[in-house]
Amino acid sequence: MPNKSAITVLLCGVGGQGTILAADILAHAAIASGITVKVSEIHGMAQRGGAVTTVVRFGEKVNTMVADLGCADCVVSFETTEALRNLPYLKEGGYLLVADETIKPMPVQTGKAAMPANAHQKLQDNNATIIPAGELARTIGSPKSVNVVLLGALSSRLDFPVSAWEQVIRDRVPQKTIDANIKAFHAGRDFALKA
Amino acid sequence: MELLSGNEAIAQGAWEAGADIGVAYPGTPSTETMEELAKKEGVYAEWCTNEKVAMEVGLGAAAAGAKVLVTMKHVGVNVAADPLFTAAYTGTGAGALVILAADDPGMYSSQNEQDSHYYAQAAHVLMLEPSDSAEALDFAKGAFELSLEHSMPVFIRSTVRVSHTKTPVETGERICPSVKEYQKDLASWVMMPAFAKPRRKVLLQRIDMLRDAVNDWHRYNRAEMRDGSIGIICAGASYQHVRDAVPDASVYKLGITWPLPERELKEFASKVNKLYVVEEASEYLKDSVSALGIQVDEFPFELPRDGELSPGLVRKALGLEVAAHLDAPADVPGRPPALCPGCPHRLVFKELSRMKAIVTGDIGCYTLGALPPLSAMDTCVDMGASVSMAHGFEIALQGKEHRPVVAVIGDSTFAHSGLSSLISTVYNKGAGTVCVLDNRTTAMTGRQGNPFNGETLQHRPSRELDLEGVIRALGIEDVRTVDPHDMKAVRMALKECTKAEDELSVIIFRAPCALLERVVRPAFMVNADCTGCGVCPTLGCPAIGKDRETCLASIDPTLCIGCGQCAQYCAQKAIVSTDPASEGGSHA
Repeated sequence: MPNKSAITVLLCGVGGQGTILAADILAHAAIASGITVKVSEIHGMAQRGGAVTTVVRFGEKVNTMVADLGCADCVVSFETTEALRNLPYLKEGGYLLVADETIKPMPVQTGKAAMPANAHQKLQDNNATIIPAGELARTIGSPKSVNVVLLGALSSRLDFPVSAWEQVIRDRVPQKTIDANIKAFHAGRDFALKA
Repeated sequence: MELLSGNEAIAQGAWEAGADIGVAYPGTPSTETMEELAKKEGVYAEWCTNEKVAMEVGLGAAAAGAKVLVTMKHVGVNVAADPLFTAAYTGTGAGALVILAADDPGMYSSQNEQDSHYYAQAAHVLMLEPSDSAEALDFAKGAFELSLEHSMPVFIRSTVRVSHTKTPVETGERICPSVKEYQKDLASWVMMPAFAKPRRKVLLQRIDMLRDAVNDWHRYNRAEMRDGSIGIICAGASYQHVRDAVPDASVYKLGITWPLPERELKEFASKVNKLYVVEEASEYLKDSVSALGIQVDEFPFELPRDGELSPGLVRKALGLEVAAHLDAPADVPGRPPALCPGCPHRLVFKELSRMKAIVTGDIGCYTLGALPPLSAMDTCVDMGASVSMAHGFEIALQGKEHRPVVAVIGDSTFAHSGLSSLISTVYNKGAGTVCVLDNRTTAMTGRQGNPFNGETLQHRPSRELDLEGVIRALGIEDVRTVDPHDMKAVRMALKECTKAEDELSVIIFRAPCALLERVVRPAFMVNADCTGCGVCPTLGCPAIGKDRETCLASIDPTLCIGCGQCAQYCAQKAIVSTDPASEGGSHA
């Protein structure tokens, strides 16, 4: 089967949720750990509140930059509905990390469609780890660090050393938010290690 | 080592090769290339009104001895095609001209998925095609070297997955090759028949030279021989997909996609049992390889003819196993993009929808006005088409249709090509109403400057064009400026302008894009007076929700920026500001 050598992480959410910064930190953590990486993001019209995905692939050698159906080792979703939408990308035996956040899409807002029934149940049926990322971020006093909380959770499933993550976060977030983001990272990591 | 997107890498490569001038009109997925080049030392860069202008500015600068990068999205090449074809005749004088055409297979942010290869073929312009950022950097450098050496324009073709994928690159030093001084040369630059005919012969000689030389340019083209049972010819992102799909297959990786290396491809074909061509949303490569007399095998199963490829799609076409996958639950609702909370375009579309106008739309964020619940657009085709198609509707429907015809166009798009359409309508005594949605920026592509906001790419002093003055100067008498956040004013202006059946009128709806100044006022809320009449949700604001059972409205305080548009539509006055100092209600 294809895609054997590289790990594929698909980050998904809603335009404006900060998937791109998360992907950027993940990619640099991979590089800091001595492997190569590709980050594919889509700009443009989808950013206006549409569904967005960013694919990060890393390993000794990375060819394609896209995630095929059934080929993502991990789906990190910033939102529950988007996690369900992207289930088809998840590899057999792959894992789902989902922030417990829900944003209603426009057809739901206007009453033309409903939110999916039993979203949490369906996610749990697929072995998802649901992370109260917003709550964790607020608890440590950094409500905007939801994306880094999720990265912390993801870090518990990857082989990159914690020191590499911390260094990359220091290098890539604004100076003033370094401490908050390091805390957010560990809050997410600790949660996922216990989950 | 740095992690750069393909666009950033092209800018870096151009800079390292000594590029000193960059010109462009923004367009996804090409935009960041020029934004990056503009930040670099020793580079003069500007946004032009459109791609044709950019190509001509670039050609002039090259003629005068500059090393020029011109960037555009694939449909921008259509606009720039006129100078492009003749630039192949003139060559680039003592300078260099490298043109980035960024294609959008999959149509993430475009109205079509045309393939720029055909332009290289039709205009006889060498085309380099990188497959990752390291190649993008190297090929950009190579493009400048080739353009300078042979005094010819050179294309770089990218696609969204090359332009917008970050991969590791090694950056280098900038080397500025010296160029000869400008000298008048009528025979090369004045393309009247007497001079163009000999230049045509120069072009033919260059074509012959390139067809032969590309067989030896292994910096770009290479055969990767592995198992001989399958050979695949591919380029760009498709190469990456092929490598994962069939790791053991032999591959001819094209880094030059026009002209093709005939000798090399024939040799490659002779060494493999089955020969396939893998390309996205096009038949250019397959047809071109076949035209060389090389037999290309049909896939056992069809390779998709539209959209992007992936390793799995290549495997499917070859009849190979693909990974099993789950299905998304059937009840997952769609999530289409929408106009932002506080977007100044919203009420214009709401009112056009109310009056059931025939609306010819245009290219930009405001194309989203076509989607439910606003649903206020009949057409969207290309830059500037709103104005000219409205004229077409007017002359075809004269006396047959009572609904008003209204064109809707953004400020940057108006400057791009709407203005020339409007001149034509005036000249032909056309009627109808043109709405210029002047949100003070080129919003969709990331808020670039344009002639009507007076912002330039490198923040040089400029002049903000007087939009009303420009339009009045055409002889249009009814030119109004309206605050698009003010419902009554929007409604009144549209009503009055569309009533005058034989007149041409222009309404300029002027208010900054919500993402430009990011003014956030206290949020609005829905109080107990809401009757669930369902009007406010029809504004299509992401912050406004409607309960499925009770039909009562609600406003998400984390999304609402307090623009007050919705409060003006509430007959119950149930939408009020959470600001204790505010009276609530209408837009201030």
